[in-house]
Amino acid sequence: MTTMSKKAPEQMLTGKKSKKWTAGQIILMILIAFFSLSCLLPFINVAAVSLSSKSAILRGDVTFWPVEFNTTAYEAIFKDSSMIHSLVYTVIITIVYTVFSMILTILMAYPLTKGRLRGRKFFNFLALFTMYFSGGTIPIYLNIKELGLLDTPWSLILPGMLSTYNMIILKSFFSALPKELEEAAIIDGANDFQVLLRVYLPLSLASIATLTLFYAVGKWNSFQDALYYISNKAYQPLQLKLYHIIKGSQAVDVAAMEGGASTVASSVSESIEPATIIFATLPILVVYPFVQRYFVAGVTIGAVKG
Amino acid sequence: MTTRTVRPRAKGTGWFARDWRLYVMLILPVAFYLIFCYKPMIGLIIAFQKYNMFKGMWGSKWVGLDNFKFVMSMPDFPVALRNTLWLNFLGLIAGFPVPIILAIMLNELRSVPFKKVSQTLLYLPHFLSWIIIGGMVLQIFAPKTGIINATLLKWGWIDKSIPFLTDGPHWQATYTFIGVWQSMGWGTILYLSAITGINMELFEAAKIDGANKLQQIWHVTLPGIRSTIVVLLILNIGQMMNISFDRPYVLGNPMVRDYCDVLSTFVYRAGITNSQFARATAIGLFQSVVGMILITGANLITKRLGEEGIW
Repeated sequence: MTTMSKKAPEQMLTGKKSKKWTAGQIILMILIAFFSLSCLLPFINVAAVSLSSKSAILRGDVTFWPVEFNTTAYEAIFKDSSMIHSLVYTVIITIVYTVFSMILTILMAYPLTKGRLRGRKFFNFLALFTMYFSGGTIPIYLNIKELGLLDTPWSLILPGMLSTYNMIILKSFFSALPKELEEAAIIDGANDFQVLLRVYLPLSLASIATLTLFYAVGKWNSFQDALYYISNKAYQPLQLKLYHIIKGSQAVDVAAMEGGASTVASSVSESIEPATIIFATLPILVVYPFVQRYFVAGVTIGAVKG
Repeated sequence: MTTRTVRPRAKGTGWFARDWRLYVMLILPVAFYLIFCYKPMIGLIIAFQKYNMFKGMWGSKWVGLDNFKFVMSMPDFPVALRNTLWLNFLGLIAGFPVPIILAIMLNELRSVPFKKVSQTLLYLPHFLSWIIIGGMVLQIFAPKTGIINATLLKWGWIDKSIPFLTDGPHWQATYTFIGVWQSMGWGTILYLSAITGINMELFEAAKIDGANKLQQIWHVTLPGIRSTIVVLLILNIGQMMNISFDRPYVLGNPMVRDYCDVLSTFVYRAGITNSQFARATAIGLFQSVVGMILITGANLITKRLGEEGIW
């Protein structure tokens, strides 16, 4: 990288684009490509395994391209009605959760941006305190139990509905909007509900989209709550189902390690697990390239203190 | 239209008439906080009780610190505590510098499309659940059939599979490595935005003084993001007692139990699997209190160092 230093300083100062392909840049690109590929290649490997034959997998032949291509694992998944049920169920839970979450987040964030609101400090503290202290796993579990939510889909929706972190992001966005807009609307006869609906929300669509995605991805990926609160198979979301499949095949791996023989794996088709992983990841992978920049924006806003 | 005069600004009287709609908005979220956040906090008192589910927390017998004493004497507790601190420590040492280095490297890239694509790939692991990552890890690090062992065996670099997930110390190394891998890209975001905030004139001045790239990074970029580094480091240290549940639970397995059992999985096992509610609550409370002390201390130190604290 030091090769770039010898250049005449004047050339850099004139604002001319210095050469793109210096040795330093190329080394840098190779290094970064190494890191980036480390994030991509595991997927390609898992996808390749999911499309390979059992014997090729057991021989350890599969790298980044399917060996003895076949789609039996995916056929098995799509034939398994509980898998499709779980997918649809998880989509519904995610949507309901996200809608509830956004409503609560907006309703909390908006009043807190109003300096004239009496008790604002108190409400602010009420929210912020929960970021640093919580009842903890068991009291929360017992609370869900007392409320009669255990083993119902509501246990996946209600307890985590409002994220204080997301609320702060939205609050700081609302605060950044010019006050004159609200004053003008009030002069035109709008009340607080109308100001929120007609002025603030239309102007905050980008941050609302960001937070919607925060909530939706978080719920799609969540697994802990289902493990704690759900025992009825019909209410298990996709991640929990996937977990059971993975643990099932890991038990086989451990047995293979101890016994040294790979024939133990006879009962489990080797490509089912990777196929399920790809199946559960696909929705994220499809939307990911489009939503990624919103996430980055959200993180940078969130870093500003609430 | 004349009725609109009900909006006396900044007057003490009539504030409710003016703002009642804002309070109506607050009803639902405040109810949420009370029912799902504060009510469980009251539930913490069962840590001091011989909790009986049928009598509830108001009818159960008070036993002082008995639950805490019992938990401390359980053989699993010191193991879980040690693993929690050790794994967090390893994660901090191995994982903290990586996003800083990556961010600086990304910042030096001149090819915008290359940078965009790299960032997209680097952020990807952050969007996946630990179940997915755990599943991939089991696949990739599997003995014999996993791509890493299979390749190394084929090349003749090793004679028998490396027990990435089935031997204790190996498991801890794998756990740490996967954590670094998962968070390295996402961790660059804050550093990148801090670097963007550095005054460009400083770089120009350094160039005029004849500083090469590495010297510019050392004397301008790093000092420029120093406060971000300090705040994040201290926040991380404040989180030493907290460990997520998903990652150790998904990656762990019975063969490495003494190495993968941490406080969060211990609480789950004792509380939810074995229904020892009061004892598991005591562990949780112990963890919260130590965590609060750590984070308050960390915040205090940040402020002493002249940086802006977190509250």
